[in-house]
Amino acid sequence: MQPVRVQTEAFDVAAEIEALRAGDPHVGGLVTFVGYMRDFNQGDRVETLTLEHYPGMTEKALEAIVTEAGARWDLLGIRVVHRVGELRPGEPIVLVAVTSAHRGEAFRACEFVIDYLKTRAPFWKKERTPQGERWVEARSSDQRAEARWRPGSGKATR
Amino acid sequence: MIEVLYFASLRERLGHDREALEIPPGVSTLGGLAAWLAHRGGPWEEVFAGDETLMMALDQEAADPATDLHDGAEVAFFPPVTGG
Repeated sequence: MQPVRVQTEAFDVAAEIEALRAGDPHVGGLVTFVGYMRDFNQGDRVETLTLEHYPGMTEKALEAIVTEAGARWDLLGIRVVHRVGELRPGEPIVLVAVTSAHRGEAFRACEFVIDYLKTRAPFWKKERTPQGERWVEARSSDQRAEARWRPGSGKATR
Repeated sequence: MIEVLYFASLRERLGHDREALEIPPGVSTLGGLAAWLAHRGGPWEEVFAGDETLMMALDQEAADPATDLHDGAEVAFFPPVTGG
């Protein structure tokens, strides 16, 4: 299985996790982050979310993030699956799953990957509310989350 | 020739998702290309000469206004990303 996938089809979180873990008896810890589509944003009800991306660059950006995580921490496996196209509330948007011998490495790498994905991978969300469609704006809190992992920011060290 | 791609809100505002261009005379960087595009006026000026944050890529890698252009390049302009 590819460590990085971008797809329009829904994915099964449990099946992805099991596929990553199975067959590797060295795995001592597995950490996952699953991002779901929620039915509200900025005080409005959100009916659907449509995700656009930049085919080609998206995969390269995700692979670069995964490679950097593998260089920073001692990991056994990693998987990133991201949906594109139209989603409905409650559906998973993104899965980041990381395995390692011990939990600390997996926790840090998982958070690093989702923080970097949010600011570096070329995806864009458009939401439909009862008032119409609008593009979701980038959050400064995501920029701050990413900055924590840069050298010299404290969290970047193991 | 270069291929220039526009995504998300930029694509909608500009009314284009991609175009093929000759590198304009005197333009050597992505920032130079953005300034040249701004001269088309209307939404182009708003997007490329306004104060909103613009992200860019060269050959599918993150880039900045100082990045050099080359013939055959794939250039992309897009708003801040919102995945995850």
